Amino acid sequence: MSIAPISKSGPFTHTTSSVPKTMLTVLLALVPATAFDAYLFGWPGILLFAVTVGACVAVEAGCLALAGLPMKAALGDYSAVLTGWLLAMSLPPWAPWWTGVLGAVFAIALAKHTFGGLGQNLFNPAMVARVALLVSFPVVMTAWVMPHPLFSAGAPGFSDAVAITFGGNLPDSVSAASALGYVKTELSRGIPVTQSMAHVPDLMDMALGLRAGSMGETSAILILAGGLFLMARRIISWHIPLGMMGALFLMGTLFHMLDPARYTDGMFHLMSGATFLGAFFIATDYVTSPVSKPGQLVFGIGCGVLTWVIRTYAGYPEGMAFAVLLMNSLTPIIDQYTRPRAFGRSRKGEPLPLEGK
Amino acid sequence: MKLFPIRGGIHPDYRKELSSEKAIVALPLPELLYIPLQQHIGAPAEALVQAGELVKKGQLIARSQGGISAPQHAPTSGRIKAVTDIPAPHPSGLPQPTIILEPDGKDEWTDLPEPIADPLNADPQMIRERVAQAGIVGMGGAAFPSAVKLDLGTRYKLEFLLLNGAECEPYLTCDDRVMREHADEVIDGARIMAHTLGVKKIVIAIEQNKPQALAAMTGAAFTFSEVDVVGVPVQYPMGSERHLVQAITGRETPAKKLTADIGVVVHNVATARAVHQAVRFGRPLLSRVVTVSGGAVREPNNIEAPIGARVADLVALCGGFSGEPASLVNGGPMMGQPLPGLEAPVVKGMSGVLALTAGEVNEQPAGPCIRCGACVAICPCGLVPVEMAAFIRKDNFDVAAQLGVMDCVSCGSCSWACPSHIPLVHYFNYAKGMINAQERERRKNERIKLLAEAHNARMEKLAVAAEAKRAAVAARKANLAAATGEEKVEA
Ligand code: SF4
Ligand code: SF4
Repeated sequence: MSIAPISKSGPFTHTTSSVPKTMLTVLLALVPATAFDAYLFGWPGILLFAVTVGACVAVEAGCLALAGLPMKAALGDYSAVLTGWLLAMSLPPWAPWWTGVLGAVFAIALAKHTFGGLGQNLFNPAMVARVALLVSFPVVMTAWVMPHPLFSAGAPGFSDAVAITFGGNLPDSVSAASALGYVKTELSRGIPVTQSMAHVPDLMDMALGLRAGSMGETSAILILAGGLFLMARRIISWHIPLGMMGALFLMGTLFHMLDPARYTDGMFHLMSGATFLGAFFIATDYVTSPVSKPGQLVFGIGCGVLTWVIRTYAGYPEGMAFAVLLMNSLTPIIDQYTRPRAFGRSRKGEPLPLEGK
Repeated sequence: MKLFPIRGGIHPDYRKELSSEKAIVALPLPELLYIPLQQHIGAPAEALVQAGELVKKGQLIARSQGGISAPQHAPTSGRIKAVTDIPAPHPSGLPQPTIILEPDGKDEWTDLPEPIADPLNADPQMIRERVAQAGIVGMGGAAFPSAVKLDLGTRYKLEFLLLNGAECEPYLTCDDRVMREHADEVIDGARIMAHTLGVKKIVIAIEQNKPQALAAMTGAAFTFSEVDVVGVPVQYPMGSERHLVQAITGRETPAKKLTADIGVVVHNVATARAVHQAVRFGRPLLSRVVTVSGGAVREPNNIEAPIGARVADLVALCGGFSGEPASLVNGGPMMGQPLPGLEAPVVKGMSGVLALTAGEVNEQPAGPCIRCGACVAICPCGLVPVEMAAFIRKDNFDVAAQLGVMDCVSCGSCSWACPSHIPLVHYFNYAKGMINAQERERRKNERIKLLAEAHNARMEKLAVAAEAKRAAVAARKANLAAATGEEKVEA
């Protein structure tokens, strides 16, 4: 008789989902918005996007090589592509090439691999990179441009684009403030929100993306569509996006009602900045958000409230990245306090009492 | 009937259609039967026969030992070839004492015990004894001696008997077929069991993906007002005892308690059929229905096989393999055990034999945890598998225990759902083993400590006694000396 001892436990069937499939689905959800952005911002945007994603993959490969880890499985999970993609979408589209490369080093080498690689990082790599860049290079990182759709009059051709992205020749005239930044600057000059709001694009234009901003904030509707697609595919659940947008909207609406001259309204908060990108694609990052649904709801609400607070009171008009990083640091604690109740036990972990005894 | 939701769960690829329309066929008597002495939870049976002995069908060949055990009977008439150690259908593949029977082909019955007349009015103790003598164990896979579970009525206040026909494991269709083809026997067995437990009510729960079984059972139960046949949602692991009780009653069995503590005893449908046969006809448990299925099996089937038939015999009846199976499984794909090989015999708790292709198993190398939370969302026990696994990886069993690893029912949902294919259940089984071992070790140390203390106390007592003795001797000497001194003085 030939019977080899086997010690493997079941199950002997597995879901067909996998990490690469999950990541690819997220990328797929980003494609429409990204394509539209590429159209809006033309060649410079496309070049920066390519540089950023390419740099992230290169840095990932470098880190893996340094750590002596197998390359194929880790690169094949598309997590570095996703990080690069999200980072590119949060940069000013006409920013110079080195922001993408430096961002890749911050995101992949510092925020991810020093923590031990995929799944081990506490902070969202793309947001670490964005914040580090913003703090180090505030001017470059806030040089937003109005959309210059491909093939439209005044849009940079490919060679102009190379000059912009690789030569740092950003034409002065095109730079424009993002809506959030504009309102903030005006407010600091004593101009009430009620007045400055007249000069920001109306909500419809903001939703469609006809305004200055990062790639991720200029295509709100397509980002929303992508987010809903991810929800339908059960890659993400409603808890973080709804918690975050709900909190942001409620805070905005509430304070706007109290003092319309000081505070922008809830709808404006939802439509401006990269709120949708943040709510559906960034705050929902598996690794850096809580694992239980109640925890995710708490996390989302925290992100929403903090985004509002930072946008409203702090020096940076774009609060989302900071808010997400702050909440990332709370994730372990949220996880600890939002564990589900175990079957047959009370919240405290004691066995349930027998009824009637 | 109003049903209650259960937490989490998954919807794996059920693939029951491979065998669900195949009527139960009897396995032709194989050349040899290998009957392990331990087919159940508890103490192994003790062999009563020796090589060369002739036995009749249904004859007792190994008797139960102790309170939790079950006897074995000859599944057919023939000659005992040997009583020896052969590998059992256990993942370890370790040899176990086994009776090898060579059928003579006559299939001659021994004198069976008299049927119990009017069992629904008989003394419950008599029925329990009959069930114990018939060697019936839980046939859903747990293989716990059924008579012990039928005794719960004497110690708990019970409300109803819950007959588990959920069959929530993918691929398995043996209970489905038993319910479709032998609904009357199942219902009769259930009524006998309810009487034995001292309960009036019977609920039979069947997952809704078995409409014919539901119809057959509803029809068979029609005349019995105390029997409720209920379709429950298709949601793995609906057939887990505690979860099924929760789905039916809304009540949660407290940790470390039995479902009997909240008034419900759960038995499997095939067990009910076995009880029917033991009580009505005096027949011991000699065979069971096994689903042989999986993508690597040429013609999946439901086979009524004598206990001790080798898995290879069953596979042969199904036309053999159509390809090299990636996994051989004893039971369902979620909670089954790896089958050490085709030579393993059919045992009483074996509900299925699966030969799965690599595509069906979809085993992938484990990747890093991406904290997706899938395992947390689906755990029917409300545990946090990702966290427990992280601590177990660091050999930190104390924290894993605090996080509830001992409450894990090893349903496999988390491993199934993990996109990184982390073998979470494997970790938990490992941790449970370690924690149990630590617990045993702790108890042993405690016992040693107690023994040592007792020894020390005894020694101390002895020492004190010796001291006292010495003191007494000394005192006597002193007295003596004093006396002599006095004498001297006196002298
Ligand atoms: S399902 Fe797997 S990858 Fe997801 S959190 Fe659980 S262990 Fe981690
Ligand atoms: S195997 Fe254990 S931890 Fe995993 S889902 Fe089932 S009960 Fe939960």
